[in-house]
Amino acid sequence: MQRIPELFARMTGDEKHEWAAASTIDVLWVLYDKVLNVTPATVDDPDRDRFLLSKGHGPMAYYAVLAEKGFIQESILDGWTSWDSPLGQHPDRVLVRGAEISSGSLGHGLPIAVGTAIGQRIAGSRGRTFVLVGDGELDEGSNHEAIAVAARRGVSNLTTIVVDNQSAMYGWPGGIARRFAVEGWQTAEVDGRDHEAIFTTLTAPHDRPYAVVAKVERSC
Amino acid sequence: MTTMRQAFVKTVNDEIAADPRIAVVTAVISSNEFPQENERVVDVGIREQTMVGVASGLALAGLRPVVHSYAPFLVERPYEQIKLDIGHQDVGAVFVSIGASYDDPAWGRTHQAPADVALFDTLPGWTVHVPGHPDEVVPLLRQALKDENRVYMRLSLHENTRPHPVGEGFTTLKHGKRGVVLAVGPMLDRVLAAVEREKADVTVLYATTIRPFDSDGLRKAVQDTDHADVMVVEPYLEGTSSHQISETLQHIPHRVRSIGVKRHAELRNYGTAEDHDSAHDLDVVGLGSAVRSFFRG
Repeated sequence: MQRIPELFARMTGDEKHEWAAASTIDVLWVLYDKVLNVTPATVDDPDRDRFLLSKGHGPMAYYAVLAEKGFIQESILDGWTSWDSPLGQHPDRVLVRGAEISSGSLGHGLPIAVGTAIGQRIAGSRGRTFVLVGDGELDEGSNHEAIAVAARRGVSNLTTIVVDNQSAMYGWPGGIARRFAVEGWQTAEVDGRDHEAIFTTLTAPHDRPYAVVAKVERSC
Repeated sequence: MTTMRQAFVKTVNDEIAADPRIAVVTAVISSNEFPQENERVVDVGIREQTMVGVASGLALAGLRPVVHSYAPFLVERPYEQIKLDIGHQDVGAVFVSIGASYDDPAWGRTHQAPADVALFDTLPGWTVHVPGHPDEVVPLLRQALKDENRVYMRLSLHENTRPHPVGEGFTTLKHGKRGVVLAVGPMLDRVLAAVEREKADVTVLYATTIRPFDSDGLRKAVQDTDHADVMVVEPYLEGTSSHQISETLQHIPHRVRSIGVKRHAELRNYGTAEDHDSAHDLDVVGLGSAVRSFFRG
């Protein structure tokens, strides 16, 4: 994790604390450092774990982690968002090695994740699917379609991580986890900055689809 | 008698048993036609956005999803999912609709989708099949299930009395000198009747695959006539293929007449499909009138 600020700065310039404000950075780091069974050598392995970044907006943290873990070359961070850079403000899976989906428009990743998780099961694979959404992104109705379908069809190899920085316009009375629990998901809440807690929570056993709400400070 | 929908269901059910790559994703409509006990058959309830998203995920996991619903709910409601979850993810799928432009007009505007092919035409890389007979559905669908590309197949209750061999390009059914009429899918019988009725000396081309557009086939047909006059008759939104014809014939002066479901009005009529054909001048009388005026002189 020590090199993340340096990698971040290659995209954003020399602002020292910007990386730390990224709501997703700690969850992404723990996922790629300790949880996901995927490496640069296994990005095409049918049995890999799949991580789908649904909240594709503000992908610097994602690119920095992919670079640090060797999925993409560090040098491509420098020219990001330029004409022929593979890295844009929203990731494109065709251009970025290791990116499982192209995202940017909100509310697409979770329904796709239900499909990849079902696909892994059909293939008899040990692979799991993890999808990261934002609390604001949950406004999109397509997520709620997928939340219902995943639980009803018992898609237990699916984990949804909701990074909650309280950016949803009207909020989620009763808490985000309840939205999943009422549909039949196993749920947990965790401090989205506490690496040990994130690891323990993400690796807890579950026999149903699993929603982890990672709480971080309110966005400004 | 077998309908196009029955031919589709039977073909998919035959192939799903034989090919472990094939999956079916539905949103209630027609779901009872597919073996729900098969883990590759997924019904998501009345949730069309997730229907397309799940199909995308299955394709990303290496499966060949068949996605099916009534045309407005397959194409128009989840249009952004088709654009992003299928096209932008660069995966393949086979989308099969029923209902067409107005197969069940008593259900009103909510169940009419004359814009479906035009919408797919805004997205790169889609093959679009518009079969005109149940027997044409089977070979087109079998090929689509084998491939890895993006396919839209538009099924209808409107059909021609007999099938024609399906291929990638247009089929020439009649040779003439005054110009070319391109009939798409279920419009063929009416086009032939209208041409016969007007005794028009025109070449008639038949298309069951309208994208990719067979530019070479059209260009050759036009070269064999005395006038570069092309009428295209489509069972969906008028003008959907006129840009393809203009592009094909850009090197020569030419005339184009585009016929299809009219764009001008929000029709608030029920009735029968034949009533709607008349309203859009897509019956033999209307088509005959168009043939007569366009190929005059």
